Amino acid sequence: MTKELFEVKTGLAEMLKGGVIMDVTTPEQAKIAEQAGAVAVMALERIPADIRRDGGIARASDPKMIKEIQKAVSIPVMAKCRIGHFAEAQILEALEIDYIDESEVLTPADEANHIWKHDFKTPFVCGATNLAEALRRIGEGAALIRTKGEPGTGNIVEAVRHMRTITTEMANLSILRTDQLMAAAKNMGAPFHLVAQVAETGKLPVPNFSAGGIATPADASLMMQLGAETIFVGSGIFKSEDSEAMAKAIVQAATFYDKPEKLAEISEGLGKAMKGLDMIEINPEDRMQDRGW
Amino acid sequence: MDVRPEYDDLTIGVVALQGSFAKHAFSMGKLGIKSRAVREPEDLKLIDALILPGGESTTMSLLLEEEGLWEPMNEVLETMPVFGTCAGAILLGQQVDDERVRCFNKIDYKAERNAYGRQIESFKTSLIIPTMLDHDFHAIFIRAPKFREIKPGVQSLAVFGVDPVLMRQDNVLVASFHPELTEDPGIHKYFVDEIVLNSR
Repeated sequence: MTKELFEVKTGLAEMLKGGVIMDVTTPEQAKIAEQAGAVAVMALERIPADIRRDGGIARASDPKMIKEIQKAVSIPVMAKCRIGHFAEAQILEALEIDYIDESEVLTPADEANHIWKHDFKTPFVCGATNLAEALRRIGEGAALIRTKGEPGTGNIVEAVRHMRTITTEMANLSILRTDQLMAAAKNMGAPFHLVAQVAETGKLPVPNFSAGGIATPADASLMMQLGAETIFVGSGIFKSEDSEAMAKAIVQAATFYDKPEKLAEISEGLGKAMKGLDMIEINPEDRMQDRGW
Repeated sequence: MDVRPEYDDLTIGVVALQGSFAKHAFSMGKLGIKSRAVREPEDLKLIDALILPGGESTTMSLLLEEEGLWEPMNEVLETMPVFGTCAGAILLGQQVDDERVRCFNKIDYKAERNAYGRQIESFKTSLIIPTMLDHDFHAIFIRAPKFREIKPGVQSLAVFGVDPVLMRQDNVLVASFHPELTEDPGIHKYFVDEIVLNSR
């Protein structure tokens, strides 16, 4: 694993900054997303809200469907594999997917190990609920981190919790003396060299995006103001009343996240956002964010 | 790297709708040059030169039109020096293989997007840029474009294989790779020293 290749992997994430990555299940939805200004699409068979509703085992998507989406758009196409399922990841790499999401939205394939992502030329994005988890994934080769949030809920509360946790933990590391960093790495259960790097720079060594529960332009603005550099929207677009309008509005919100007057304009008359779920309606064993470690 | 006193008076605008705009601002910062995010037409009045960053050309083109930036930008670019990288270089050309992307026609070539292939074909390489740098430049190509039908007025400053990857035509500098992702601000310095300051 050369540093050079890693720069090429994070490089694509740099190009996605200030944008919106949208979950799509058909070539038609992919075109709507691209037309609305999405910087990339995530190709999957069912959006998280439907996976949650349907139950059963959620696996990587049919290559045929992925190829159709690749053909339909010119923006990067991402796809999900199960946590630890490196064979699914190998298949996605063979399909020349632009970014692989080792995702808690699908049913985990390995409860002990995540994929050793350094083995792949295709970059990976992984979810995290806190800094230690983010650094473990980066240690395995993830070139992009996103909050897990609670997928398919249209409820921003968990993404906020995860982003605030990550940024607070980074700030806490930055005030430590060098002689405290090994103990910090031991307590976090995270690779020392990455802990030391965060302590020095005050930020993640890879881009930091947000996913899980974003359903409105205001949600996108909130996450960007809390430190997210780009937004993933899963169910929030194609479960809303007017998908095209919502998609466009969230794209604009990712650019003008710090301009309230502009956001007011953007948010006007979008129709109903997805209905969503309160966290107390979700059984603890159905929480997707607890998948992986 | 020598910081010139003229740098104090400069403000370089970076189109900040989407993409690697923060990295360009960081590269300018390394040279001790101020930059300003350009997101609205008024921002164009406060800058001496413009950078169009890397990103997704379809997204950027759409936002430029929607925010009413395309027309005023097209107007200032009649005279203002501009530096485009990857998606930025696509937008500055005459035409691209996608009718949704509206180009500025400020440099005489046609762009072919993702010409090397998908992300798995993205790469890093060393470029020799004899007219600009006395050392090799580590260039990162991400889903990079190639340029076709390049007219004689366009000067090629660096090639990868047979393809020009760094070009200049008068006040316009373009790269199909991402100088903003490299530690070395040498190409940014060339843009300021040779194009921005010379055009004043």
